[in-house]
Amino acid sequence: KDDVIAAASAARARRSGRVGLATASRSTSDPHPAEMATHELHPNDTLTTLKMESENLKAKLEEERAKLHDVELHQVAEKIEALGQFVMKTRRTLKGHGNKVLCMDWCKDKRRIVSSSQDGKVIVWDAFTTNKEHAVTMPCTWVMACAYAPSGCAVACGGLDNKCSVYPLSLDKNENLAAKKKSVAMHTNYLSACSFTNSDMQILTSSGDGTCALWDVESGQLLQSFHGHGADVLCLDLAPSETGNTFVSGGCDKKANVWDMRSGQCIQSFETHESDINSVRYYPSGDAFASGSDDATCRLYDLRADREVAIYSKESIIFGASSVDFSLSGRLLFGGYNDYTINVWDVLKGNRVSILFGHENRVSTLRVSPDGTAFCSGSWDHTLRIWA
Amino acid sequence: MARDMSDIDILKMELQQLQKEVKNEREPVSKTAKELVDWVEANSAEDILLKGVPEDKNPFKEKGGCIIT
Repeated sequence: KDDVIAAASAARARRSGRVGLATASRSTSDPHPAEMATHELHPNDTLTTLKMESENLKAKLEEERAKLHDVELHQVAEKIEALGQFVMKTRRTLKGHGNKVLCMDWCKDKRRIVSSSQDGKVIVWDAFTTNKEHAVTMPCTWVMACAYAPSGCAVACGGLDNKCSVYPLSLDKNENLAAKKKSVAMHTNYLSACSFTNSDMQILTSSGDGTCALWDVESGQLLQSFHGHGADVLCLDLAPSETGNTFVSGGCDKKANVWDMRSGQCIQSFETHESDINSVRYYPSGDAFASGSDDATCRLYDLRADREVAIYSKESIIFGASSVDFSLSGRLLFGGYNDYTINVWDVLKGNRVSILFGHENRVSTLRVSPDGTAFCSGSWDHTLRIWA
Repeated sequence: MARDMSDIDILKMELQQLQKEVKNEREPVSKTAKELVDWVEANSAEDILLKGVPEDKNPFKEKGGCIIT
């Protein structure tokens, strides 16, 4: 019986815990394999021995984490006032995409939005007026990722073309944006997410090829690659700039990894979800992050306690959460779901405070505006909605 | 990705990563949860989606009218 358990857990470890090593040709900044072998190599090391050790270490890790699990978040939050009724409505509907909206991002000016769609189009909108300001047709369909540059002067996007390209936005509406396109990132599978770092100069990407990567926009050079996920990486989010150079990624291996951007090392890893993690978002203070998964739950992970501290779920919610974001103070977590709804959660107390209807198909993307006055959702119903 | 690595190499990498993570410094939830709660309370006043705002103050609430940028 022990053999069966060991074999089963070893198989699980292998599916979900594979750590990749960059091939030498990929990047010069990856450590040489010989330098990495600090593990004492016994001549008799076998696969089984290593697997047992891996299982033991995982158990030890959970033990260490459990020692500090002395209270629940919602217990600490008991003393705070409960939230009242929320009145949030659709204030604008952005129509224009010809197919599923897959991704959106806000401009720092708090009114412009970039969105991308299965129809191959990337559109920049003025969310106040609902006017379309720019439109680009990509050479591929399924543009799964898009991002606004911090300066507001460019957008990045990509998807099934396995690339991330940057388009400078021109003030001249007649100018053909596609002509100025700059190819920055190259993956060996689809681009699932992208984000500029603090400046227009660097972009972070995640891909179906199981890696994340940091790129220099000007030269297209790979600055750092991040290996550790055992399957497609679906999402990423950069830590708020005050908290330093880290980012979190989530993937089909059910893991959420926190990375050091400079060294490429995985600092912390969380594996409590039961299915693909579609979305990760830092808590505004940078000390925690939330995730949304196909297992129909959203979860909160405390980085300093190094553990999951809340699960946002209900028996009645059985469809996956595709996208999550926090309100400005971190008190509310907005989750877009595959059942077409948006659930609003009290982050501290753990209960749902509101459910928003309106979209006529899956909600695929959701972001709160930079000043927290509204949030935008994008859907497979071809539209985007602004809620406030 | 790890496709070109042998199973043993993959496991060694995994072990190395776990050995590192086990040594991570951690704080008790009682301390960190309190800090999360404190942060929210300190910033709740500016959270418009939380507190709400009069119709005339939020640019998204009312369509129409003149916006001078």
